[in-house]
Amino acid sequence: MATSPRRTRGWLRETFHKAGSPRWFFAGSRAWMFGLYVFGGALVLVGSVWGLAFVPPDRLQGDSFRIMFVHVPAVHVAQSVYLAIAVAGLVFLVWRMKMADMFIAAAAPVGLALTAAALATGIIWGMPTWGTGWVWDARTVSTLVLLLLFFGLVALRQAIARSERAALAVSLLAVVGVVNLPIIKYSVEWFTTLHQPPSIRLGQRPAIASVFLWPLGLNALGYYCLAGAAVIAALRTRIVEREAGADWVRQWLAGAARAKAP
Amino acid sequence: MGMPPAGALLAAENLSWAAGGPLLFEDLSVTVRAADLVEVRGPNGSGKSTLLRCLAGLLAPRTGRVARRCAIDYVGHRPGVCERMTAVENLLWLARLRGFADCDPRAALDAAGLGAVRHDVCGALSAGQTRRAALARLPLGAAHVWLLDEPLAALDESGAGILRGLLASHRQRGGAAVCATHRSLGADAGAPPLPAPRTVRLGA
Amino acid sequence: MRLFWTQLRRDLLITARGPAEAANPLVFFVLCAAVFGVVAQTAGERLVGHGVVWVLALFANVLAAESLFWRDYEDGTLEQMLIHARPFFPVALGKLAAHWLACGLPIVVLSPLASFVFLGSAADAWMLVVSLLVGTPALTLIGAVGAALTVGVGRGGVLLAVLVTPLQLPVLIFGVGVAAGHGADGGAFALFALAAMLAASITLAPFAVGKALAISQEY
Repeated sequence: MATSPRRTRGWLRETFHKAGSPRWFFAGSRAWMFGLYVFGGALVLVGSVWGLAFVPPDRLQGDSFRIMFVHVPAVHVAQSVYLAIAVAGLVFLVWRMKMADMFIAAAAPVGLALTAAALATGIIWGMPTWGTGWVWDARTVSTLVLLLLFFGLVALRQAIARSERAALAVSLLAVVGVVNLPIIKYSVEWFTTLHQPPSIRLGQRPAIASVFLWPLGLNALGYYCLAGAAVIAALRTRIVEREAGADWVRQWLAGAARAKAP
Repeated sequence: MGMPPAGALLAAENLSWAAGGPLLFEDLSVTVRAADLVEVRGPNGSGKSTLLRCLAGLLAPRTGRVARRCAIDYVGHRPGVCERMTAVENLLWLARLRGFADCDPRAALDAAGLGAVRHDVCGALSAGQTRRAALARLPLGAAHVWLLDEPLAALDESGAGILRGLLASHRQRGGAAVCATHRSLGADAGAPPLPAPRTVRLGA
Repeated sequence: MRLFWTQLRRDLLITARGPAEAANPLVFFVLCAAVFGVVAQTAGERLVGHGVVWVLALFANVLAAESLFWRDYEDGTLEQMLIHARPFFPVALGKLAAHWLACGLPIVVLSPLASFVFLGSAADAWMLVVSLLVGTPALTLIGAVGAALTVGVGRGGVLLAVLVTPLQLPVLIFGVGVAAGHGADGGAFALFALAAMLAASITLAPFAVGKALAISQEY
């Protein structure tokens, strides 16, 4: 009885240490990356075709709502990416685990791209629906702030030449940002609820009809997988870059070159 | 674990440092005891400043640990002297920051040869005088281990003599020092029996 | 003409090697749009007046924050503070208080004048003064975290503004809310929210500043 929690903890610690090893990650992640690309790509394909071609048009919005199948997953995944970055930032600040920092460096541009996509699709969606591409409401402003936070992570890392300092500074910024995010969201909600009842909001109708929900869910899951694959790919590149001096990287590079040459 | 060996004021175990590439030092251990003078030698870029900053706690070493059992004082490349304040104001500010109840900045500055300019704003001082103003704060504190990064830089012969004198009396009172330096600091003729300076060589 | 192309290619290459740096002004542009959009929503018809004064106070604050730590960083007194100040919290708070007294308070005191310039009267300027009195210290505290993160980096105020202003947005929103007497309660709730944010930033920001300054010493 007494040993089992300890054993669990030992297993956890071992996994933690392994996850912190770039070499272990590099060796194990290739299959995951391809798997996620294929699985996520398939999900997005099915979800998008379903959503675009087979779901009946919306009573109020006609066909324009179909952009939702891109917009909503992009927002969700972007927010999750920021949360993951903040967690990684905390891990790096506490344990200085190299992989946590490399994860932030790899994930921030992915989050930035997703947030930009979310904003762009939101504007495109808004034009026929709201009659204007942009409305200053809680969602638009917090998504815009998210874009700025992601950009801040990228820009700060690029601005600081010394690598360890850059890694620590970006981690701290991510943690400070995630503390602020709910406050920002709340404050923006405060002024919009008083001023401006938005014309149409998705979540505020009683429920999204389940015909929409299925393709939406498939796409959301697919986006998560694709984002994960993209982050893993970027991480692998960073690992090779950063560990370029290590023996195992040289061996791997030599092996890859040999495989290419017939 | 983590406690320095008996009698050690400061102990560093198995320190290593890599600045985005080759290792600057690896498995480096330094133990500093009372009356010790440790001279860190090595060519430019061999990690002398890095080592001192690790010992001072400004940098976290990549591996290993530093155990500090006593108060330390650090004078780095940047002197820690605000150029908009006078030498006296600089000394008093730092003394209050460290919680020293009473100290005599005037005597300290006189001893450093800065008596005549002690009420001048430090921005008006020369590089050597600024270095002296930084070194003048060393005897104020009760710090047992001094960490000095190139303390002789910009100092003239009399300044170097003052520094050697400060180090000798500090060691006689049981203090110790770690200095990154190109010239020896221990050659102080006529000093009572102090242990000979030890050398840590980097970038071999 | 060849010289022209040579130089053009070189500078575009340099830009491409650090795209985020080149994008800073663009992002600052977007940021200003966000700031004015949000302020316009909150201030309503008082945008010209209280809203603009608040935006100016925000940017003045960010620009001032840039110089908060660089002198200490350059001359090495920051190292001394980090080594000797135990705990660091009161030192950081004292530094920020001095900074606000020198750079923030004058803006608060002079704000009725700005209100007069824009609105032609300083009649309801006291709400503006109260909002700035509570809000600008919070701006300083949040800005200081960014200033500590970027000390010695030398990219100028644009990077700092890009990092910090999104985090200062709630203070701006509630500050303008107080100044404009926003809401059914004439801004009372906004004032409470603003005070709460000030209290939170007094307790948290000095810790973050201390951590960021310690980080600034890393290689």
